[in-house]
Amino acid sequence: MAPPLIELVGATKRFPNGSGAVHTAVRDLSMSVDPGQFVAVVGPTGCGKSTTLSLVSGLQPASAGRVLVHGTDVQSIPDGVGYMFQTDAVMPWRSVLENVASGPRFRGAGKAQARAKAADWIERVGLAGFEKYYPHQLSGGMRKRVALAQTLVTDPKILLMDEPFSALDVQTRALMQDELLRLWSGSGAAVIFVTHDLDEAIALADKVVVLTTSPATVKDVFDIPLQRPRKVEELRLTEEFRALYSNIWESLRGEVDKARQKGASNVA
Amino acid sequence: MSLETPAVSSASVPVLETEQDVLAKAKRNAGRHKRNVWLLRLAIVVAWLGSWELAGRYWIDPFFYSMPSKIWQRLTEWFTGGTDFGSIWYQILVTVEEAFIGFVIGAIAGVICGVVLGRSSYLSEVLAPFIKAANAMPRIVLAALFVIWFGLGLSSKIATVFVLVFFAVFFNAFTGAREVDRNLIDNARILGATRWQVLRSIVLPSATSWILSSLHVAFGFALIGAVVGEYTGAKAGMGFLISNAQGTFDTAGVYAGMLIIMVVALFAEWLIGGAERRLLRWRPQMSADDGRRDI
Repeated sequence: MAPPLIELVGATKRFPNGSGAVHTAVRDLSMSVDPGQFVAVVGPTGCGKSTTLSLVSGLQPASAGRVLVHGTDVQSIPDGVGYMFQTDAVMPWRSVLENVASGPRFRGAGKAQARAKAADWIERVGLAGFEKYYPHQLSGGMRKRVALAQTLVTDPKILLMDEPFSALDVQTRALMQDELLRLWSGSGAAVIFVTHDLDEAIALADKVVVLTTSPATVKDVFDIPLQRPRKVEELRLTEEFRALYSNIWESLRGEVDKARQKGASNVA
Repeated sequence: MSLETPAVSSASVPVLETEQDVLAKAKRNAGRHKRNVWLLRLAIVVAWLGSWELAGRYWIDPFFYSMPSKIWQRLTEWFTGGTDFGSIWYQILVTVEEAFIGFVIGAIAGVICGVVLGRSSYLSEVLAPFIKAANAMPRIVLAALFVIWFGLGLSSKIATVFVLVFFAVFFNAFTGAREVDRNLIDNARILGATRWQVLRSIVLPSATSWILSSLHVAFGFALIGAVVGEYTGAKAGMGFLISNAQGTFDTAGVYAGMLIIMVVALFAEWLIGGAERRLLRWRPQMSADDGRRDI
């Protein structure tokens, strides 16, 4: 069997919390992702899901344990990683075309070549005709499409997504989920998709990893044997989906309750 | 509630305003508003200059306070027959040259130092007290020293302009470089940007709006620096002209000089505003911005 593409072994991340103590965001977390696999990571709000992604991306080093990508320890940003952030990370001073072309440009492609590649991806995410627009002239959903194209144009083998659609309204979100599945299906990329929306996780993923409340570690892992290609809106109404949902929610609910109690005691 | 057909059929619903009416009305209102604003501005100018002129003729001594007609007379004299020290255009050119060269050097140095310190928290922590002290210093007084060091010519004025412009630009570039969105930098790094590329394509554009807004103030400072430098010691320029007018109790000459500098500053402001609008095309139009454009 091929070795996993991404592997976290007992990964731990600690931060100074600003008032002299140490905050442990992730503790002893082990999981693995195979090439081409779509893994959703769910957990209560603020549990350390995003930190997990920054460990894999190499933006932050682990405090303990190992993070392996392509079988080697992550020292800096590994090759072939794309990262979609929760908040808008498109450059407001660049047009849609220049934004999408910036990845290839940073990597040394010529201007014409980068633009041709960008134009192709802009069309694929359904933004043809908007090449010359600036981000502030676009809607939230369209900006997400730009970010998606900006990430995918570098042809990543690993796609890290940090609640990318959480700021969108329900209809736009469903639309973007379908778009993501469509674009991902041909790419062969492995995805780690962080979300606190269980619906989203089940609809998109092959495997759902449930994290505990802070400090995060893996509580349960569920396989999602739903058929592809999927239509997110229709999928939600099926028996299979409801059964999976209630099953995983059983596991997640305990953590959400704990997180709530913690939040309540912090407030009090 | 059921959807009943309305008693009045849609054909007979009266149209009180067509789309054209709405547009025409909005246009009419906007036109009237603009006209009123300009009329009021004109009224303020007339009232101010008129009362000054009247006071100068009947009440205060125009020898000390001058009056608009005398200033106008001095201006026409300067522009038709030249000043005592050569053509007025030459004097303006000298001052603008000093201000411009000092402005360019000062702005570039300010941006470079600001961005470097803004990106390096260590360096900025070390240098913070020195920068604060240098900023608190009455830098305009340095003009006197610069005349001693660099003589009466161009270089002493450029030095004065430089110290004024540098700090104005530096602080804005510093803040701009420090406030860059962390997310944008991370995103660029993931997309494969090197340190230099991050600086050029993320930090600099991000700081641009800060830097550009400082340039408005900085060019005003540049003109002040040039004029004060000339006032301290020079052989030509608007400051020299004003200083000379003061020496001969020519109050109208002082005012006339001020007026010319003012016009130059407004012209430069307009140029910088144009550059700013071009460079910040990507930004959503803000109503405050539109308001300023009017002024």
